[in-house]
Amino acid sequence: MHIAAYKAVPGGLLPLLHAIQDDVGYIPEDSYASIGKALNLSVAEVHGVVSFYHHFRTQPPGKHILHICRAESCQAMGSEHLEIHAKSKLGIDYHETSLNGDITLEPIYCLGNCALSPAVMLDEKVYGRVSLTRLDELIAVAEVAE
Amino acid sequence: MTIRIYVPRDSSALSMGADEVATKIVVEAARRAISVDVVRNGSRGMFWLEPLVEVVTDKGRVSYGPVTPSDVASLFDSDFLNGGQHALCHGLTDELHWLKNQERLTFARVGITDPVSLDDYLAHDGYRGLQRALSLAPAAIVQEVAESGLRGRGGAAFPTGIKWKTVFDCQADQKYIVCNADEGDSGTYSDRMIMEGDPFVLIEGMTIAGLAVGATRGYIYLRSEYPDALAILNEAIASAYAQQYLGDNILGSGHRFHLEVRRAAGAYICGEETSLLESLEGKRGQVRFKPPLPAIEGLFGKPTVVNNVVSLATVPIILDKGAEFYKNFGMGRSRGTLPFQLAGNIKQGGLVEKAFGLTLRQLLYDYGGGSASGRPIKAVQVGGPLGAYLPESQFDTPLDYEKFSEIWAVLGHGGVVAFDDTVDMAKMARYAFEFCAVESCGKCTPCRIGSTRGVEVLDKIMGGSDCEKNITLVRDLSDTLLNGSLCALGGMTPYPVLSAINHFPEDFGIRRPGAMEEEQAELEKVDISY
Repeated sequence: MHIAAYKAVPGGLLPLLHAIQDDVGYIPEDSYASIGKALNLSVAEVHGVVSFYHHFRTQPPGKHILHICRAESCQAMGSEHLEIHAKSKLGIDYHETSLNGDITLEPIYCLGNCALSPAVMLDEKVYGRVSLTRLDELIAVAEVAE
Repeated sequence: MTIRIYVPRDSSALSMGADEVATKIVVEAARRAISVDVVRNGSRGMFWLEPLVEVVTDKGRVSYGPVTPSDVASLFDSDFLNGGQHALCHGLTDELHWLKNQERLTFARVGITDPVSLDDYLAHDGYRGLQRALSLAPAAIVQEVAESGLRGRGGAAFPTGIKWKTVFDCQADQKYIVCNADEGDSGTYSDRMIMEGDPFVLIEGMTIAGLAVGATRGYIYLRSEYPDALAILNEAIASAYAQQYLGDNILGSGHRFHLEVRRAAGAYICGEETSLLESLEGKRGQVRFKPPLPAIEGLFGKPTVVNNVVSLATVPIILDKGAEFYKNFGMGRSRGTLPFQLAGNIKQGGLVEKAFGLTLRQLLYDYGGGSASGRPIKAVQVGGPLGAYLPESQFDTPLDYEKFSEIWAVLGHGGVVAFDDTVDMAKMARYAFEFCAVESCGKCTPCRIGSTRGVEVLDKIMGGSDCEKNITLVRDLSDTLLNGSLCALGGMTPYPVLSAINHFPEDFGIRRPGAMEEEQAELEKVDISY
């Protein structure tokens, strides 16, 4: 469905991959063949592009994605504590999803919220000056919200 | 009478609850049967005060902040709609120390106007640069930009006029203007503030660039971490099309310029111009060999201007007020202003647009108010993750491209990240290598392999094993990265690493050069006093 929309767009592979991921949450690997056919690319080339970019995922994420900023500005304000806390609370490492399938944890390198470090992003919303308590609240809210 | 209230929609303000505050103000006003007009502006750049609510009074805009939803009722009780006193009141916004002495040229409208209102943009001198550009020959536009002394604000500081001239001189059936909005450097957010706070200035700048070099199509390559900027840019572009500021016949002049936003996908390397072009073409963001320069063979093999957001957003004021006006700000070969961004462990973080030449110390203390933790500032990283760490002894260096080169540092995109004395610089050096390893495009060996080897050696040093010997190894490795990498990612990772070692050797378990001699001298002094 998305493929038709981007088939003729110059450099359309990235916009197409975004459209697929926005829609179903990830890029299913079995879509590579039809994407390649439409854009005149090999499956290997499609795979190469998907795997190059941190933003694209090939497995469905949890219901919510929690990004913790690891960049220097946030480190200067103690983001390391947030990382340790989130990992232990959710019982997972980066790039993993909590057992109940609620939250996927991802590192991110700068959210452009550096004057209000440390920052995290829950789905598409950024939060600034995040304390451990605030992080707990965000996780708790995400776990109840659908 | 309807009272106008400004509540920012800048994503940093939103990160502190600006949406909730705006909603609460509307609800509270309705409950009290007061007519208010809530405008969602960009940020004034005083982030420690966000959400900063401003009320329009006959004396000017009065500011209150940081406002939480629970403060809203008390603000109404204090008659804030007429500028009434309240614990959160800061008086007239324009009179605040932070803003009063800034030289806001590129950021003239940010935080003042409604970012998606074309009328508001026009009412605040918007599109005057384009009007003038339309009356000039393309070569004269290029000349004006060249004379202004504007240099690439993305970090490389390459003269914008020369880049434009190269594309202008190329004969081609299609040329492109590409805006690099992949602002990945930690501690920087000025591109985001422009795109969220005054998107039309970027659109105008790109349109002028198109007229100047003969390009009819533009792309804004926007990082995927900025969803709010994406929405605002798209809304502004749609208005510009609707009013003929974009399209096939710009303002009836017969000139054509089409513009669209393309989303990046979380790769830091795509901020490097050739890798950005690969990505725009739908490929892996791998760095290209140069030559050919993108100005000659860029996007889809066509002559392409690749400029940063702030560079392009500065073009309208140069065209409007003239090269001479812009050139009169600054020092040496650094002409005009740079929007500095204060971040990290800083009490008052935010955006300071000033002419080149003020010192880091003025920025950190006069504006920043010192560290957020109240502890001494030990190190400052200027210019993003590939910028050097500066110790206190270098805080008096004027902020100027050449002055920074002299001390083996970079101004980059103007990001300033402060660290207090609890920072372990060996850890930061290790992180620099780690970041390079995560973000390397993999094309050249020094960056791809060297970054990982760097992490390993730093781990040994941090474990206390053979520090002196391993530091020699890091220096040797850094030399390979510096001289053997294809682009700035590998080529500049040694900046944070070596500056950390040189300025803070204690953190690496080694002595400061000359420390032994100093100690000896101290001991001798003691002996003499006996």
